[in-house]
Amino acid sequence: MALLKSNKVIFCLGNISPSLGVLSTRNSSWWGGVQMGPPDPILGVTEAFKRDTNPKKMNLGVGAYRDDQGKPFVLSCVRKAESLIAAKQLDKEYLAIGGLGEFTKACAQLALGADSEVLKSGRSITVQTISGTGSLRIGGNFLARFHAGPHDVYLPKPSWGNHTPIFRDAGMQLKAYRYYDPSTCGFDFNGALGDISKIPEKSVILLHACAHNPTGVDPRPEQWKEIAQVVKKRNLLPFFDMAYQGFASGDIDRDAWAVRYFIEQGHNIVLSQSFAKNMGLYGERVGGFTVVCSDAEEAKRVESQIKILIRPIYSNPPVNGARIASTILNTPELYSVWLKEVDSMAKRIITMREQLVEGLKKHGSSHNWQHVIDQIGMFCFTGLKPEQVERLTKEFSVYMTKDGRISMAGVTSGNVGYLAEAIHAVTK
Amino acid sequence: MSVFGEVPQAPPVAVFKLTADFREDSHPQKVNLGVGAYRTDDCQPWVLPVVKKVERLIVEDGSLNHEYLPILGLPEFRSAASKVALGDDNAAIQEGRVGAVQCLGGTGALRIGADFLRRWYNGVNNTATPVYVSAPTWENHNGVFTDAGFKEIRPYHYWDAAKRGLDLAGLLDDLEKAPEHSVFVLHACAHNPTGTDPTQEEWKTIAEIMKRRKLFAFFDSAYQGFASGDLDKDAWAIRFFVSEGFELFIAQSFSKNFGLYNERVGNLTVVAKDGESLTRTLSQMEKIVRTTWSNPPSQGARVVSRTLNSPELFAEWKGNVKTMADRVLLMRSQLRSKLEALGTPGTWDHITQQIGMFSFTGLNPKQVEYLIKEKHVYLMASGRINMCGLTTKNIDYIAQSIHEAVTKVQ
Repeated sequence: MALLKSNKVIFCLGNISPSLGVLSTRNSSWWGGVQMGPPDPILGVTEAFKRDTNPKKMNLGVGAYRDDQGKPFVLSCVRKAESLIAAKQLDKEYLAIGGLGEFTKACAQLALGADSEVLKSGRSITVQTISGTGSLRIGGNFLARFHAGPHDVYLPKPSWGNHTPIFRDAGMQLKAYRYYDPSTCGFDFNGALGDISKIPEKSVILLHACAHNPTGVDPRPEQWKEIAQVVKKRNLLPFFDMAYQGFASGDIDRDAWAVRYFIEQGHNIVLSQSFAKNMGLYGERVGGFTVVCSDAEEAKRVESQIKILIRPIYSNPPVNGARIASTILNTPELYSVWLKEVDSMAKRIITMREQLVEGLKKHGSSHNWQHVIDQIGMFCFTGLKPEQVERLTKEFSVYMTKDGRISMAGVTSGNVGYLAEAIHAVTK
Repeated sequence: MSVFGEVPQAPPVAVFKLTADFREDSHPQKVNLGVGAYRTDDCQPWVLPVVKKVERLIVEDGSLNHEYLPILGLPEFRSAASKVALGDDNAAIQEGRVGAVQCLGGTGALRIGADFLRRWYNGVNNTATPVYVSAPTWENHNGVFTDAGFKEIRPYHYWDAAKRGLDLAGLLDDLEKAPEHSVFVLHACAHNPTGTDPTQEEWKTIAEIMKRRKLFAFFDSAYQGFASGDLDKDAWAIRFFVSEGFELFIAQSFSKNFGLYNERVGNLTVVAKDGESLTRTLSQMEKIVRTTWSNPPSQGARVVSRTLNSPELFAEWKGNVKTMADRVLLMRSQLRSKLEALGTPGTWDHITQQIGMFSFTGLNPKQVEYLIKEKHVYLMASGRINMCGLTTKNIDYIAQSIHEAVTKVQ
């Protein structure tokens, strides 16, 4: 239909201006049938924010940490690690397909704990990946090729927007289990258990290890225990996505508790890790993908197949970020600095949550905002409706995604008051 | 019962296994002529002086952070990289119909291009479109297009083992017989693994047939500058095709010519008929990138971008590239003379006629095995050697070893 219309246009324009006859060559392009891809909803928010001239504007869209001045934060342990690395004058030879060994070892240790039986027995394999996305994609590809069970990945409702297309492009099908309860802005524990208990055996269930994205709603430890039980009963393969270890509570062991608990309970999990947020290494693309196997021999076979998957995508991973992360994880002084810095990032966010609720109360809001404090991590599912979100953007230049999600990282002591005022205005 | 209980052990990737075996070998005269990475005359990896300089600038630049790059990559990198391939004053660039996607190395660029073609080329989701790769070719070409979803990867005649040169007649015949709209993966220069490139006249004939038969040109450009030492000369084929009006992809790698192997710096240059098609194409590539790696790594792109966008640094880089290319040319000429001086049976002019990092020696698998096992000279089973592994210190040993292999093993 569109092609017919454009032909007519060409015909008319051709009469007006002969040079526009060049438009007709568009039909001979290989890409005539390529549709315009929809703009990325999250990045679209940032684009609109950039165009806004209101001095009070706030960008609560993208999930990248900002300091209390609203600036990107380069961790001091990262800067230190970079100087140490620069001084070594290392070469630029290709890494192995599975990445930098000292990084993957430390990456696994960080997630599983140094005293993990899994690590001691060598029955897991960890490869370096292109941050969390790359890890999920490799995982999805691996499952699509080798998973003996149904090729269905069950995502919590809602989940990170990119999970669905990643797994789909990897060749898996997507299904969902209840997770977020909009009436409480909290965890729909009974709904989740109910749905999970009906998932067909050997399906894959994706679990956010901590700081659920986009809701910020995490199960409590007792709830995790029950989930683990049902997952075991249904014989499901748990796929953990851990993008915020350390960033959620400020404590890396606490944030990895669910992952470690599942393993202790005998689940052989697969795990994606990202160092984008907790080390602020966003653009360096640092991540890991781990498969916990029955034994070391199986782990070797699995590793060999993961390499076969990686090679035709990007051959081998980028070194820079992995070297930085490895230096931090493997240098005791830097490691302790990192623990402090990640804790301070987490604590700043927790403080902003508290200040936002205080501010709303001060303005006399009659709503219950407890969920803002109960939720954890970078994101907060405010409970705001699309119309309210639109008003926030149009009238107050506060930018966020339509689902009411705000990135707490974009909130500072300087603008939290304004935010409280704005939210109160659209909800009173 | 493990869900992965049935996962079979995969064979190791040959070229990396070769290096692993080499590492374990304790023989004092061992030589690695396997993996395609540049080595100095001391057989050491070489971080280009211009790269060292730029990396220092980056470390000292307090204004830089580690924020996400855009999905399509660092804009200054993408445009500068495309200019290197097509030339600063290229008409297609000026017409606004050239765009690019920063990718993870040449491999990543090939993969994004392949994924796009599988979704959007020749009817939508057309996995039946044949993809032709040269016989032989870089072994990963097969994997890239297969994993992207193409069902038919076919060889096109290329290497003539008997005459140790290009099988032009076979190549042209394959072009004539390929179904319309087939995809052809072309090596822009310094063919891997044979080191044998078509002449300009031969490229013209190839282009003529491809245009007439509506075949899609997907260039793999991993050695620009590295082949002849001259960036423009090495890009002649690509630029010719663009000037002939082809829409095409160029998978560019900066692994070799910048020595940035492990930073994974690549660029998928897209030349479309018009700006509008380009825009739509890039928007779809963005979607593909988003589910593959979200956005690319910044370090390597920053290094290349700073270098290419500064006249001084660009000139310095060209000098570094020529240094590498010249050393390879010297080793070629010396190896040939030594083999001829030894009276090694056969003709050896292909060593100097071939171009780039690799040489297809013509040694057969038995001779290769002899070289590895008896002489501790490691090379690919195909007889491919990496010229960069030769130095003034080991070239006599290598020439002597080849001589032995050819005379003792048939």
